[in-house]
Amino acid sequence: MSVLEGKELRIVGFLCNWCSYGGADTAGVGRMSQPTDLRIIRLPCSGRINPLFIVKTLLSGADGVLVSGCHPRDCHYAEGNFYARRRLEVLKRFLPIVGIEPARFEYTWVSASEGQRWQKVVSTFTDQIHGLGKAPRLTPSAEALAAASAL
Amino acid sequence: MKIGVFVCHCGSNIAGAVDPAKVAESARALPDVVIATDTLYACSEPGQQGIIDAVKEYELDGVVVASCTPRMHEATFRRAVERAGINRYMFEMANIREHVSWIGKDKEANTNKAAELVGMAVEKLRRDRPLIPKQFDINKRVMIIGGGVAGIQAALDCADGGLEVILVEKTSSIGGKMAKLDKTFPTVDCSSCILGPRMVDVAQHPNITLYAYSEIESISGYVGNFQANIRKKTTYVDWELCTGCGLCMEKCPSKKSTDHFNEKVGVTTAINIPFPQAIPKKAVIDAEFCTKLIKGKCGVCAKVCPSKAIKYEMEDEVVTENVGAVVVATGFDLFDYSVYGEYGAGKYPDVITSLQYERLLSASGPTGGHIKRPSDGKEPKNIVFIQCVGSRDKSVDRPYCSGFCCMYTAKQAILTKDHIPDSQSYVFYMDIRSPGKMYDEFTRRAMEEYGARYIRGRVAMVYPKGEKYIVRGADTLMGTTAEIEADLVVLAVGAEAAKGSPQLAEKLRISYDKYGFFMEGHPKLKPVETNTAGVYLAGACQGPKDIPSSVAQGSAAAAKVLGLFSKDKLESDPQVSHVEIKRCVGCGKCVETCPFGAVKLVDFRGMPKAEVIETVCQGCGICAVTCPQGAIQLEHFTDNQILAEVNALCRS
Amino acid sequence: MSSPRTYAYYPGCSGLGTSMEYDISTRAVCKALGMTLTDIPDWSCCGSTPAHTVDHSFSTALSARNLKIAAKAGLSTVTTPCPSCLTNLKTAGKNVKDAEFKKKVEILLDGQLPELPEVMSVLQALYEDIGADVVAEHVKKPLTGLKVACYYGCIMNRPPEVMEFDDPEHPIAMDKLMEAAGATVIPFPLKVECCGASLGVARKDVVAKLTGKLIDTAAGLGVDALVTACPLCQMNLDLRQDQANAALGTRHRIPVFYYTQLLGLAFDLPEEALGLDKLCVDPHHALETAKERAQNTKVREETA
Repeated sequence: MSVLEGKELRIVGFLCNWCSYGGADTAGVGRMSQPTDLRIIRLPCSGRINPLFIVKTLLSGADGVLVSGCHPRDCHYAEGNFYARRRLEVLKRFLPIVGIEPARFEYTWVSASEGQRWQKVVSTFTDQIHGLGKAPRLTPSAEALAAASAL
Repeated sequence: MKIGVFVCHCGSNIAGAVDPAKVAESARALPDVVIATDTLYACSEPGQQGIIDAVKEYELDGVVVASCTPRMHEATFRRAVERAGINRYMFEMANIREHVSWIGKDKEANTNKAAELVGMAVEKLRRDRPLIPKQFDINKRVMIIGGGVAGIQAALDCADGGLEVILVEKTSSIGGKMAKLDKTFPTVDCSSCILGPRMVDVAQHPNITLYAYSEIESISGYVGNFQANIRKKTTYVDWELCTGCGLCMEKCPSKKSTDHFNEKVGVTTAINIPFPQAIPKKAVIDAEFCTKLIKGKCGVCAKVCPSKAIKYEMEDEVVTENVGAVVVATGFDLFDYSVYGEYGAGKYPDVITSLQYERLLSASGPTGGHIKRPSDGKEPKNIVFIQCVGSRDKSVDRPYCSGFCCMYTAKQAILTKDHIPDSQSYVFYMDIRSPGKMYDEFTRRAMEEYGARYIRGRVAMVYPKGEKYIVRGADTLMGTTAEIEADLVVLAVGAEAAKGSPQLAEKLRISYDKYGFFMEGHPKLKPVETNTAGVYLAGACQGPKDIPSSVAQGSAAAAKVLGLFSKDKLESDPQVSHVEIKRCVGCGKCVETCPFGAVKLVDFRGMPKAEVIETVCQGCGICAVTCPQGAIQLEHFTDNQILAEVNALCRS
Repeated sequence: MSSPRTYAYYPGCSGLGTSMEYDISTRAVCKALGMTLTDIPDWSCCGSTPAHTVDHSFSTALSARNLKIAAKAGLSTVTTPCPSCLTNLKTAGKNVKDAEFKKKVEILLDGQLPELPEVMSVLQALYEDIGADVVAEHVKKPLTGLKVACYYGCIMNRPPEVMEFDDPEHPIAMDKLMEAAGATVIPFPLKVECCGASLGVARKDVVAKLTGKLIDTAAGLGVDALVTACPLCQMNLDLRQDQANAALGTRHRIPVFYYTQLLGLAFDLPEEALGLDKLCVDPHHALETAKERAQNTKVREETA
C-alpha cells in the first residue's frame, strides 16, 4: 500500500482531538470535498506533538506535514497549544538547517465548528505540497556512510 | 497478538465511495491480523454481535473498526469489545467516513486511503496495552453559573433532586433577561408573574446557596472534584443586615445613576434595589455615581438606614466552593446596535431597542407601563419596528438568526395596540420565523386582529424630520420604497454571546465558537454537554434561544447532573501519563508544564522522582514532550505508538 | 504644519463649464494653503457616466490615459475636485491591477501602462494631507454664525472599497473643514442621499422630488446654506431649486455653495476669485444673516 503514484503525494496530519479533528469531522459531515492525499493521526492535544515526530515523518519520506490544533486561548487543556506554538515555530525555522524546505511543514488552528476552514486549509496545503513536488529522498551516499563508520 | 479488523459499509455512506471488501482484503495482509471482514452497519446490534462473536471464535485480543469518527462511536465499540471479554483499550478506530468517503468521490483513491488508515490503526493497536480505570470519590454538589431562567430551572431541578446547589449570579438579583420582560409570547403571560415565584423558590430552597453580585474568579479540578473561587463583588451594603426596605433609595441625593435594569431608559439612584421583585432584595451602591465614594462627602444612606447596613469601606471577597459538576447558564447580551449608523441608534433619542421598549411597556418600568417617547414624554401614535438588527447580516459579522425577535416583535405590536388603541404599528421584516407551538398563529394575530402592518424589506435609513422620524426602506413585495413617518422606532436587536463568554470558557476549559457561544458536545446528541466532563450548558449561552427552550435545557442539564451524581464513584480515564521511574531524573520540568498540577515530585530512596496523580491528569501529553528523558509517557498515545503510525504511512 | 505638496490636477469637464466656480475657488484655496497644483497636460474626458455603461475596458482606458500622462510627468498623486471623475480615475487604477484586463487597456492605448499614480479628491487632500487644524490656521474671517448643512452626495465615499475615504454612510471630512472655517455645522441626516444626478435630463420629475426632499429637510433644520463637493449635486440643488419648489409646493431659497467657496471666504479671498456670482440662488442674503446673527450673539455675550 502506498500513495497513488502520480495522483497523490504523501501528506501526514497531526491533529488534536478536541478542535481540529472535530473540525475535520465537521467538514466531512458537511460533505466538503478535499484532496485525498492527507492521512490524519489523531492526538489528544497539539501540545502532545514532539517536533521530532515531524522531523522523523519528513525524513521517513513524507512530502508534507500539517499540524492543526485549537485556536490560541481555546485549548481544551488550557495551554497545550501555547506550548505547541512555540515548539512548532522554532521547528519551522530549524527545518532549513537540516535541509528540508520549510514550506513542507505548516501548522494552523481550526476549531471543531470550522468545517469550511478545514476544507480550505487541507486544499491549500495539498496544493502547496503539489507545487513543491515529491520530497527528495534523504539516502546517505556510500562515501558518507564510510566516513561515518570510520569515526 | 491476534487482531480482528471490521470494515463498515455504513449503508452507502462509506460503501458509496469506498470499497469495504477491498479494504478488508488488504487488512488481511497486515501483521497480527487474523480476521478482516466488512460489515453492513458495525454499530448496529447485529454488527456489534458480529464483532463479539469473532472475538470469541478467533480468540482475538485486539479489534480495529474502520467506520465513522471515533468522536462519534468510540465509546460504543469499546463497550462492545468489553462485552466480548477484551480490555476496552485494546481497540482502535479508523475514520473512513468523515475523513474519507464523505469528502471525496474518487473510489480508487478513497479505498487506498481507507486501507492505509486501517494499517495505521493496526500498527497503533499492536502497541496498545490493557488499561484499568481508577475509581475516585465525587463531591455531589453542583455549581450553576448564571441566574437567568435557565439557571433558575437547573438550580431548582437539582435542588429538588436532593443536590446541594451553589447558584452564582453576576448582577445583584437573579431573573436575567426574562425579569426585564413585560409579557411573554405566545400566551402574553406576564413575565414576572411566572418567573417571580420561581425566583422566590430559589431564595427559599434549603438546598440552594445563592451568591448574587458575584463572578467566577477561577476554577480548577476535574469532574467530580472542581474547586471554584467566587469573587463576591463589593456592594458597600452588609446584606446580612439589609432588609430591602428601600429607605436609602428614597433619600439618596445622587439621582442620575445609570439604570442598568431598565436598560438605561431613565435614571436611578446611586444606591438601589434594581426592581421590586428582586431576589435577593438587597441594596447595592454603584461606586461610579455615589458621592460618598467619589468625594467622601454625603453618607445620607448610612444615616437613614434603620439596620445600619451601609459599609463604605467594604471590599471584594473571594470564597471557595468545592463542587462535582458545573452548569453554565450565562445567557446572552444584545448586539451593539450603534454599528448601524443609518438607523441613527444612539444619536436619536426615540430610536430604542426592543428590550428598552419592553421596560416602557412594563408596569414596574420607569414610565409605570405608559408608552412615552424618551425625548419628550409624548405618547407615540406611529411605531415602526425594525427586525434583524444584528441578525442575519454578514456585513456586521452576525450571519445567524437570533430566533426569537420575530416573536417578541409580534408580541410588542400586539401590546402596543393594547396600550394605545389608536396607534399603528409597522414591522419591517426579512422573513417571519415562527416555528413553535402556537407561534405562527400568534404572528398572524398581530397582523390580522391587531392590524400591525408588516412590510417585507430592509430599512435603508432613519432620519429625523421635525418631531417625527422618517423610516425609509424597501417594500420587496410591492417592489417600491416604503417611507413611514414614525413617532418611535424600535430596533429588534439580535442576540449575541454574553460579554466575557470567551474568558469564562477559558476558565472552564470548554470550547466556544467564533461568536463566543459555548460549544455543545454534539450538535444533536449532546446538546447540554460540553467536551469537558462535568461541565454542562443551559440556555442562550450555547446559542440564541427563547424561554421554553432555555427552561427545557435547564432541566436537561439538571438531569445530566443528577445522572452523573447517581453513582457514588466515578471512573477516571486511564489514558493518562505514566512515569518510568528508572528513567526519571527528577528535573521537575513535567511538574512545571502540567496545566492541571497533576504531576508532583516525590522522594524515592532519597531521590526526587515525578509521580502522576492519575485522577487529576487529563491526558493531554504536554509533559511527555517536555521530558528530556522520555521517562514520562502518555498511555495510549506513547511516542512508540505515534511513530508506528508514521512508519505505517511512510514505509513505501 | 504639514509640508506643502505637489499634485497633478485633473479639473474635469464641468470645471471648464457648469462648475467653473468650483474649479477657480479650488485653485485659489489650494494656493492659499501652499499646495502646488500642476494641470495634467492634454487631459481628456475621464469617461464620466456613460462610458462604463458601454464598455469597461474603454472607460478604463479613458481614465488611464490621463493617469499615464500624470505618471510620465513624474507626479505621484492625482487630485480632482469632481467626485465623478474621481470614481472613474480610481476605478481605472483598480481595474488595471488585473493583468488580463490591463492588456486590453494597453491595446486601446497603444502602449504599456506605467505604475499609475494614486488618486484622491481635493477634499481628501485638504482633510488628510493638510488637515483641518492647518486650514483653521489660515482662516482670517471666520464664518461665525453661518449655519450650514454639508451634503456629500452619493459617490464621494461610495463604494467604500473603491473610494477608501471617510465613512460611506456618515462622512465627516467636509463637516470638519467647515467647522475649521468657523461655520456652525448642523448634522444633516441626508448627507449621502441621491439628488437625482444625471436624471435631470431624462426624468426631471424624479430629480425635482429627490432634490426637493434634500432642500426641504435642510430648510427644516434651519440652515442658511447647503455646502456641496460635487458639480452635479450643486447644479441640481442650485439651478433646479425652483423646479423642486414647484414640485413640492415649497418656496425655499437656500444658497448652495461649493465648500471651497466658503473656505475661500474664510481665508478672506476676493469674491471674484471664488466665483460667487456664478451661483443661481444669491448667497449674499445668507451671508448677511449670518453676520447679523454673529453680531447679536456677540452683543448678548458682552451685555451678559
